[in-house]
Amino acid sequence: MTSSSPVPGALRTEVARDGETIVFLAADRLLEAMTWLKETPGQEFDYLVDVTAVEFRDRERPLEVVYFLRSLKRRADIRIKVELPATAELAVDSVWSLWRGADWLEREVFDMFGITFRGHPDLRRILMWETYAEGYPLRKSFPLRGRFSRAEQVRQALNVNPEANYSLEELSIAEAAGDLPDDMRERLRRGERGVIPEPPTAA
Amino acid sequence: MSKRTVELELATPGVDAEGRPARVPLTATGEPKLAEEHMLVNIGPQHPATHGVLRLVVELDGETVVRCIPHLGYLHSGFEKLGEYRHYNQIIPLTDRTDYLSPMSNNVGFALAAEKLMGIEITPRCTVLRVIACEMSRIISHMVWLGTTSIDLGAFTPFLWAFQERERIYDLQEMWTGARLTTSLTRVGGLLADIPDGFVDKLRHFTETFPKTLGEIDRVLTRNAVWAGRTQGVGALTAAEAINYSLSGPMLRASGVAYDVRKDKPYLGYETYDFDVIVGEHGDVFDRYLVRLEECHQSNRILQQALDRLPDGPINVDDPRVILPSKTRAMSDMEAMIFHFKQVMEGVKAPVGEAYVGIENPKGELGTYLVSDGTAKPVRWRIRPPSFINLSALPRMAEGHLLSDLIAINASVDIVMGEVDR
Repeated sequence: MTSSSPVPGALRTEVARDGETIVFLAADRLLEAMTWLKETPGQEFDYLVDVTAVEFRDRERPLEVVYFLRSLKRRADIRIKVELPATAELAVDSVWSLWRGADWLEREVFDMFGITFRGHPDLRRILMWETYAEGYPLRKSFPLRGRFSRAEQVRQALNVNPEANYSLEELSIAEAAGDLPDDMRERLRRGERGVIPEPPTAA
Repeated sequence: MSKRTVELELATPGVDAEGRPARVPLTATGEPKLAEEHMLVNIGPQHPATHGVLRLVVELDGETVVRCIPHLGYLHSGFEKLGEYRHYNQIIPLTDRTDYLSPMSNNVGFALAAEKLMGIEITPRCTVLRVIACEMSRIISHMVWLGTTSIDLGAFTPFLWAFQERERIYDLQEMWTGARLTTSLTRVGGLLADIPDGFVDKLRHFTETFPKTLGEIDRVLTRNAVWAGRTQGVGALTAAEAINYSLSGPMLRASGVAYDVRKDKPYLGYETYDFDVIVGEHGDVFDRYLVRLEECHQSNRILQQALDRLPDGPINVDDPRVILPSKTRAMSDMEAMIFHFKQVMEGVKAPVGEAYVGIENPKGELGTYLVSDGTAKPVRWRIRPPSFINLSALPRMAEGHLLSDLIAINASVDIVMGEVDR
């Protein structure tokens, strides 16, 4: 079943060790193919099981964004992969418009791998905090203990600015944004949340 | 948008005749317009009703939830990253700590995926023992859910009954693995240990007496006017919505979708057990309660069948590359010692490829996705966290309900933050 796959934009298919079919898609035709898979009679993959990404230890290999789809009606599964070369821009189209379940799953992939999902309505970090500055933890270039030293991590944790606990949008619910000092409001408006002051340099 | 700040002014000038600050009452010059403005309420991360370290920022109009913004990550431990630096068997203790209310079931989920990746067939006795482990986990997880949810909604007695039953399973887990919470029960290709003497009798006694407690909980809650009033019609999701939000487990089935991994993509021979898939009708908090309560009965049935058919035989596969030799053999037999050394130092190598195994965990479909590049450590270990995905529907479910209903809805999702944040 190499080239007979009817999925639009399919590059090739493989069979995983668990017997599941993997269809590799061209990145620019992902949304078209996913819509086809969800809505074509006979396919009806109406359930998004999971979205994740894989980066290999071999730096030459492209990153893979993996979608696990399931048809609840046909009780059938399929795995969709999109390859993203690490040197190019890491971005694919969001499938949020097809499955609401993709909301947090795509945010997690963005948070952990730095892959952007175009068209996602609320692409923010989800597990790490919004001011997290060390990068994307599940990338292979990210060291196991993080990029910053333990002392720097502790210093940042102790210096967290309380303004970082709420976004400007959340503060506007309480209409508290108007009570903030002008400079803080300006920083929040620019999206600079919880700016940590540099340590005083020894004179 | 009116400003909420109440304008205040001093009734008299700030100092008295002698120049000291005057102590006079402040009087308000403008009243806030309560009807027009929304309030921000922050719940958590340290709040008993959020079942862990979940933080919810809620926009309220009066007492009605307009918007609910969850913030996660307070318990993020980077398990998936850590797993890339561990041998397959060394990852099993990490799985205990994800969904720590059903550790044995997580152990089984990971072991099944690793075995699928390596192409290992486990023994018949191991298969049945793993079914027992999974169903015991389901019962304790549902008991914790029942207890904490009833506490959230003001019923204290079922909490005590449920935790008593959970304690009995914990005793069994301790008998089997030596640990109550961090069981690390499975190994790739087998189990940590066979069940000890007296285990079968004790578990059989449990399965005979447990339905009585379930009946009592049922009598206290199901037709209780307060319970029904707090749960019926609250946080309802239609079947189409539940599917679109990728819900799984009791959350999906309460909305009327009869999908159970044990029936529809069977593992561990679940297709040979006689049990029913419990399906709700309205998809509200009450139906989720009914589904979980009835699932306990079904788990009990499976446990009884598993005990009846428990075959004799080895618990581990006969493959010295995968299973450690016994300590006696490792100390007396040269070849066994080499295998022992190679396994401890190098780990079990998995062939190049990938495997995904989903199992029906108490909270939903727990998926384990392993990608290997031929070494003894996975390139990627992905947990499909059921309560993370179920929780993502919370803002949708809570909209338009009262703040007190938000607590009931959040409880009905059955989250465990160790798994949500991983």
